[in-house]
Amino acid sequence: MGSQSKLGLSAVFDQHTNGAKSRVVVARDTALHGSTSQPDEKRVLHLLDRAMASYTGRNVPIEAWKHLLPQGKVIGLKVNGLGGKGISTHAALVWAICERLQQAGVPAGNIVVWDRNARDLQACGMTINTSDRSKVRCFGSDVAGYEDHEETWGTARIRLSKLLTRECDMVINLPILKDHDQAGLTFSMKNMYGVIDKPFLLHANGCNPSVADLNCIPAIREKVSLTIGDAISSVYQGGPGFHPECLWFPNALIVGEDRVAVDHTAWQILESKRAEVGLSTLEAAGRAPRYIATAADANHKLGVNDPRHINLKEI
Amino acid sequence: MKNLSRWYVAVVLITLATFVAGTGCKKKGADPFPKSNAVAGWEKTDETRVFAAKDLWQYIDGDAEQYVAAGVVNAATSDYKYQGQLEAVVDVFTMADAGGAAKVMGAGQADAKSVQLGDAGVQQAQSVIFRKGPHYVRIVAYEATPDGPQALLALAKAVEVKL
Repeated sequence: MGSQSKLGLSAVFDQHTNGAKSRVVVARDTALHGSTSQPDEKRVLHLLDRAMASYTGRNVPIEAWKHLLPQGKVIGLKVNGLGGKGISTHAALVWAICERLQQAGVPAGNIVVWDRNARDLQACGMTINTSDRSKVRCFGSDVAGYEDHEETWGTARIRLSKLLTRECDMVINLPILKDHDQAGLTFSMKNMYGVIDKPFLLHANGCNPSVADLNCIPAIREKVSLTIGDAISSVYQGGPGFHPECLWFPNALIVGEDRVAVDHTAWQILESKRAEVGLSTLEAAGRAPRYIATAADANHKLGVNDPRHINLKEI
Repeated sequence: MKNLSRWYVAVVLITLATFVAGTGCKKKGADPFPKSNAVAGWEKTDETRVFAAKDLWQYIDGDAEQYVAAGVVNAATSDYKYQGQLEAVVDVFTMADAGGAAKVMGAGQADAKSVQLGDAGVQQAQSVIFRKGPHYVRIVAYEATPDGPQALLALAKAVEVKL
């Protein structure tokens, strides 16, 4: 994987200078849902394994995870339950990741599944566990609280969840792919709105440059180092809430360390679906996710959005 | 005798007016969420949560902007379950006026069937949406089932009569 193998922003910053590309893997399983509205858990685990094997170049699942994980650390899984039960990060994906993390040597109590609050976590099918370290823990910022001091970066002036600042050493980002009626797209970078106390303050101008600014906050930039994006189901219009008439099943995972490249890839998938059903592009609809380009600019340097610099592997 | 009749009529009219006013006030403050089993098969599975306009973002994040722009006063929501299996959510947005409700409901939805509810109503496989006066109501099921549409419509009608 070359410079891609180490988690951290220096690897992403060096993309243009040393010619290395940001790797993104899109793994699909057209039979993931079968005949039900819920994905098959075994197939989700297998899909995860394929995605991680492709991303890391290591075919044995445990080895793939060991390659990415720091030793002896608390790993947070930031899900997204805002859309309610109809369109939230799938429990099958969360549990698949938890299973592999534990097999890779992470104690159950060192895994924390988290989001804004208990309700959002329950929307993802989670059960709250704040203190039993014999099991995977699961609780929200409504329990952990927010830091007293404000962090500032550009337009972002916020207080961070203590789950990010004090509980987790590393965060794996598990966003759910959705259309967003202001930002255009909500996926990896926008999922960080669930990490702060007042996300409603960052919605002006289609959330641009606020999404990019927020992801430059050091704790977010440094700790949120891998995205395993949930594109198992999605809404192509009317998001971020649940609109069943716009529900579709990409049956995919989108994996990458470069959050900008991941979001750019997700955007293309969303646009493709919109075109398929006869909807205008997000640009034509007046809500292109401009924050993606902003995140890639010389000021933010969060990653790459130029397809020429993205090594996209579809499996 | 004539005076007595006038007094009698006046008392009746006053009583009637009081009754009507009382009914109106009661209806304004009435809880639009049907109790469990008030509608066949439907159980109310959660408390009703109410969000003032300034706090609506806590419920629907960025979606709140469109409601605020249309003059939302508050939003109330509760979860339901049909026959122990089909889960749904009922959202009642109270706008400043009927114009606001019409604005958020929009011009219509592709593939939606018109239904007789309130001032305007539409139904799709997993949802029923209608507006009545300043109220905009969304009822959404989390999955599609064969008897879902009929059940959702029954629930919607029960909400509508309470508004």
